[in-house]
Parts: sequence; structure tokens; C-alpha cells
Amino acid sequence: MGVRKEEKGNGMLEIIDLHAEVDGKKILKGINLKVNLGEVHAIMGPNGSGKSTLAQVLAGRESYNVTNGQVLYDGQDLLDMSPDERARAGVFMAFQYPVEIPGVSNTYFLKAGLNAIRKHHGLEELDAMEFLKFVKEKAKFVNMDETLLSRPVNHGFSGGEKKRNEIYQMAVLEPKLAILDETDSGLDIDALRIVAEGINKLRSKNNSIIVVTHYQRILNYVVPDYVHVLLGGRIVRSGGKDLALQLEDKGYDWVKEEVEAVS
Amino acid sequence: MQSTNKDWYLASFEAFEKSLNGEMKSSFHGIRKEAIGRFAELGFPTTKNEEWKYTDVSPLTRLRFQPVLQYAGEGVSKKDIERFRLGIQDSHVLVCVNGHFSRELSAIGKIPAGVRLGGLAEEIRSGNQLVEQYLARKAKYENDSFTALSTAFLMDGIFVRVPDGVVVDRPIHVIFISQNQDTEVVVHPRTLVVAGKSSQAAFVESHVSLSSRPYFTNVVTEIVLGENAVVEYDKVQMDSTSAFHISTTHVYQERNSNFASNAITFGGLFVRNNITAVLDGEGSEATLNGLYLATGEQLVDNHTTIDHAKPHCPSHELYKGILAGKSRGVFNGKIFVRKEAQKTDAKQTNKNLVLSDEASIDTKPQLEIFADDVKCTHGATIGQLDDEALFYLRSRGVGLEKARDILIYAFASDVVDKIKVAEMRETLQAMLHDRLEQSRAFNKN
Ligand SMILES: Nc1ncnc2c1ncn2[C@@H]1O[C@H](COP(=O)(O)OP(=O)(O)OP(=O)(O)O)[C@@H](O)[C@H]1O
Ligand SMILES: [Mg+2]
Repeated sequence: MGVRKEEKGNGMLEIIDLHAEVDGKKILKGINLKVNLGEVHAIMGPNGSGKSTLAQVLAGRESYNVTNGQVLYDGQDLLDMSPDERARAGVFMAFQYPVEIPGVSNTYFLKAGLNAIRKHHGLEELDAMEFLKFVKEKAKFVNMDETLLSRPVNHGFSGGEKKRNEIYQMAVLEPKLAILDETDSGLDIDALRIVAEGINKLRSKNNSIIVVTHYQRILNYVVPDYVHVLLGGRIVRSGGKDLALQLEDKGYDWVKEEVEAVS
Repeated sequence: MQSTNKDWYLASFEAFEKSLNGEMKSSFHGIRKEAIGRFAELGFPTTKNEEWKYTDVSPLTRLRFQPVLQYAGEGVSKKDIERFRLGIQDSHVLVCVNGHFSRELSAIGKIPAGVRLGGLAEEIRSGNQLVEQYLARKAKYENDSFTALSTAFLMDGIFVRVPDGVVVDRPIHVIFISQNQDTEVVVHPRTLVVAGKSSQAAFVESHVSLSSRPYFTNVVTEIVLGENAVVEYDKVQMDSTSAFHISTTHVYQERNSNFASNAITFGGLFVRNNITAVLDGEGSEATLNGLYLATGEQLVDNHTTIDHAKPHCPSHELYKGILAGKSRGVFNGKIFVRKEAQKTDAKQTNKNLVLSDEASIDTKPQLEIFADDVKCTHGATIGQLDDEALFYLRSRGVGLEKARDILIYAFASDVVDKIKVAEMRETLQAMLHDRLEQSRAFNKN
């Protein structure tokens, strides 16, 4: 295992000239990004710049049409895999807008997910009792109210509860690559801290995290190794964590101007 | 064409009459003759008949089904019965084979004094007063061809009597088995349930078969609820996928009684379910729920009627349909509010999940309101599986088929969860799963 990793370097995710459109509208216009194992990357950008599109394309949402480019995940062709294959291989996306699914219990569906992943790795499936014990521990990661575990998926959850539920699922599924799409928006400062601490506990040398956000705030807790600015479907600027502070301070206009000046 | 098919049944009736011998002189035989007379006049309905607008019965009337004139329980074993118990423990099991009651195959547990569970033939023979009062009186045969046929050929079936004030705590489970190895048969499963004042019972009626040859099962069930009686009625239809199933359930309710039905339709090639609840006493309440799953070339037609005849009666209706393959569904929900029935509160919902481009559903509410101080709401939806929900489940590792199954169960769950006979719910979920698997296998071929 270790030897194989050496040969590939420690690249977890490599996006090469990725173009994607939805309903005929071009949204991603040549994304290049490399994320190594153990790194945390932040992607920032104004509304409509294509952040969620990128996240959804990586998770395998079929309504987005990839027109050009390549994505390598752990050396495999990610775009060739179905959404559930990606999840079983260790990709996780926390949704910006988690879906409500009445009639399906949070616990039931997550058990199905976890067991599919375990099976994929040749591990024994957990029965209902084992699973319950396991998730109760995980719920503590994000101070998730236990009553939410058995309720229908996100149904009637508050905005904050939905976001916690996403990180709770991440804690249960233990992905290798997590893409968190605006998990911080809509959270009050206490909830933000709890969620951020949860993310930090999950952060390790053996996984990679992409944090999509509008606000610098979460990055005070989850300190990124790199910050990228996504604008008009391209990554137009990359830097260290200071770039986030700069953006918070001055907005995106100066980046826009710089980009326009160059082109 | 039409008349020859009618003639086939008229000729069958003559043969049937001969087989009755001495019984022809019984008072009930007069009703049979009246009923066949009505059938002779009515013939089979055509799509010009408003009640049959979406469902053409000619595939049924083209075939020549043989009546089953006597008991033929041979070939059905106790082991078969175990399989058909729907996971319900300790139920009182009553078995009918091709419409004929089988005491050997039935297993009736300890029942409170005065309760009668058994065959209808012996009750007719012995002149049971309740049978005389209610049998063929509630399900009217005057204007309904299929009820007329059932009544004309009525010989046996199930009789259930729960006396005043008695609670039967285990479910009463009637299993109607169709058994035809060599011929295409027509059977007329018939049931009369009389629940006395302040009595309580849960009644499960299931329809199964032991062969794959086409047959026609023409079901009529009459249920009478006395004042303040509480009855749950679960009809679980699992006929073979080459069967024709036409059923009429007629419910008559007196003051403050409470009736709830759950009509689960999984089997059959051609299915028409009619259920009518007559709220003929103040404060009585009816709940009609249903779940239908159609795949392959199945046709499933549900016609419900709630007849609000008296004031202050609530009624609730929730029918959910899952349509896959090339199946077709029909839902028609009629709510009658008679002039006298003020303060009626009726709510009707029909929701459909259409899983393939080739499947379809016609759904129609039909409100006829003659009172002025009433509340009636109705709504119908037709939709597909929610893509976003499907993606969400898959993004957590759940495979496509499993994810679809989860969402389909979820859709069905609010009907299944309302069934009070709890042990049955799991069986139904498993059956739903099996049927969906079969449907997928069918689509792949
Ligand atoms: N189904 C669709 N049809 C047409 N346009 C779409 C569709 N989905 C997204 N878009 C457009 O694509 C662009 C990028 O959307 P995306 O959701 O990726 O932006 P975002 O960067 O995540 O924005 P936000 O910060 O508001 O979440 C937007 O202009 C959006 O309106
Ligand atoms: Mg977004």
C-alpha cells in the first residue's frame, strides 16, 4: 500500500481542465486543482461562481454535464464512477442544501450507506444494534440531538440541524475526501464552533478536505493549507490562509479587476 | 360477441342449478334466480358505462371460465396455508378453496362465546337469521353485473358474527385460495361480516393462488357495523399475475361505528376493486386506505365510494399507487354527501408514483354534495421518484437499486404504517420488495 502511494506521490485528487455545463449553460470553464493527502483546501468565490457545481460534479450529480477535462481520485478516473461508487471509494460531499426525505429514517438510510461502504472494503456489515451503538458515539462529534437520528432524513430539521446532520454523516462514513459545501452558512457562532470542531476531529493525515465557503470565519477554526478563489468557473487565484483574510477584507472586486487586466 | 359471453354464464347457471338438487327449494334460491335475471338484463359493462370508463372488461369476458360447483380442497396442504399467513401469529384462520369453505384447512383458536366463524353454506342451510337479514341485501346486485353474478352463484363462503359488546382480540384471517390445475375457472369468494353493537374485530381477507393458469375471481364482501362497533378490514390481494380479480366490498355503518380498511393490491393481471362505505348513522367514521403496486402488463382499478347519509360523520381516504413496467392504474374516489348529512368532514388523497415511461394512471375525484354545511377536500398527485433524494442516498454509498427501493418503501410507508395488525407490516414490505425485484427482472428481459 505504502509503496503504491509513493509511486503516485500523495495526490488524493487531481482536477485537470474541467469543463461542465447544466441545461446547456457553461458553468465550469477549465478548473485545475490538486489536493494532496492530509491537506485542507478552501474554495471561496462570489455567488454563482460555480462552487456548488464543482462540488456536485465531484460527487457525481448526473444533471451536470462534463464536457471536457479529467478528474483523478486516488489514481482512478473519478468521472467514470457512479455517485454511489464514488461514495464507497471514500468521496463525501456535505450538501449546501441537504434534501428532506420524508418516510426514510436517518438511521436506516445511513446504515445502508455505511454497510455498502464496509462491504466494498471487505468488512462485515453492522447489524442494527451495532450500528446504533456506533452512531451514538459519532453523534457526539457534532452535539447532535439523538432524537434526530431516527427522524426522517432532514425532514423538518432546522437549517443548523441539517448542517450538523451532514457532518454527523461524515463522521459515520469516514471519507478519504470530503467536500463541504457551505457547511458554515446559516450557523450561529456556537453551532459553527461545534461543527468546526467536529471537522477538525475528523481531519487527519489520511484524508483530505475541501471547504467551500463565503466566509473567512470558519477558516479561523478549520485552518486551510491553501485557499483558492473561484470566479466565473475558473480558479483565478490561489494562496495560503492569508488570502482568505484579504478576501474578507476587500471582497472579490479586486480579484476580478486583476483577472480582467490580465486577459 | 357480447351476448354469447353473457350466454356462457347463463348456461353455466343452469348447470349450477341442477347440481344444487334439493337446495333449489330453499328460500335463498329465489335470490339467486333474481340475481341471474338481473345479470341477463345487464350483461357485462362497457366503457360507455361511466363506472367503467377507463377499464374495458372485454379481456375478461372473452374467456370461458368454468364454475367450480363443489368443494375441491384436495391438493391444498396445511403447509401451503402456513405460507399464506402473512406473518400474523395466532390469527383465527379461515380457508376457502375456490370459494368453498374448508374446515380441515382452517384453524380457529379460542373465541369468545357467541362469536361465529365458519362457512356460509351451513348458515344458509340452517336459516341463520342474520344471514337472511343481510346476505345479498347490502351489496346490491340490481345494478351491478359482477355482484349479480356472485349472488347468482352464491353457495358458500365465510360468515363472521361478533356479538354485541364482544372484542375479538386476535385478527380473523380469511384466506381465499384459487386452485386450478387443468381448467380456467371462475370462483366467487363471498363473505358476510356482522359486527354487533360495541363489538370490535380486525378482519384480514387475503387472495392467493396455487397455479399460474388464468382464473377469474369475483369477490363480494359485505360488512355490517352495529352502533359503536370498531372494525379494521385489511384486504391483501396477491393473486397470480395471470388472474382476473374483481371485488366489491360493501360496508354498512350504524351510529358511532368506526371502520378502517387497508386495501393492498399486489397481484392479478386485471384488477378492479370497488369499495363502498355507507355512513348511515350519526357520528360514524370511515377510513379507506389503499396501496397498489402494478408492474408488467397489470391493470389495477380502484373505485371507492363514501356515502355520507347522516350528519357529523368524518371520512378519510388515502390511496397510494406505484406503477412500473407497462402497467396501468385507475383511481376513482366518489364522495356522496346527502342532503341530510350536514357537518360532514371528508378528506380524500390519491398519490401515484410512476416509475416508467410506459406506465400510466387515470385519477379522478367525484364529489356529489347535496348538503351545504360540509367540509370536503381532495387532492391527487402523479410523480416520479425524486432525483435529488435519489442522489442524496447514493452519495452516501447506497447503490442505485437499493436507493430506489428505499424511496419506494418511503412512499408506501404511510399506508402500510396505518395497518394495526402490526405483524403484517413487515411481510408487506418484503412483498413490496419482491414484486419490485420481479418487475426489474421483467424489464431487463
Ligand atoms: N439547473 C440549472 N440551470 C441553469 N443554471 C444553473 C442551474 N444550476 C445552477 N445554475 C447556474 O450556475 C451558476 C453556478 O451555480 P453554483 O450553484 O455552482 O454557484 P455557487 O458558486 O455555488 O453559488 P452560491 O455561492 O450562491 O452557492 C449560477 O449562475 C447558477 O444560476
Ligand atoms: Mg453554492
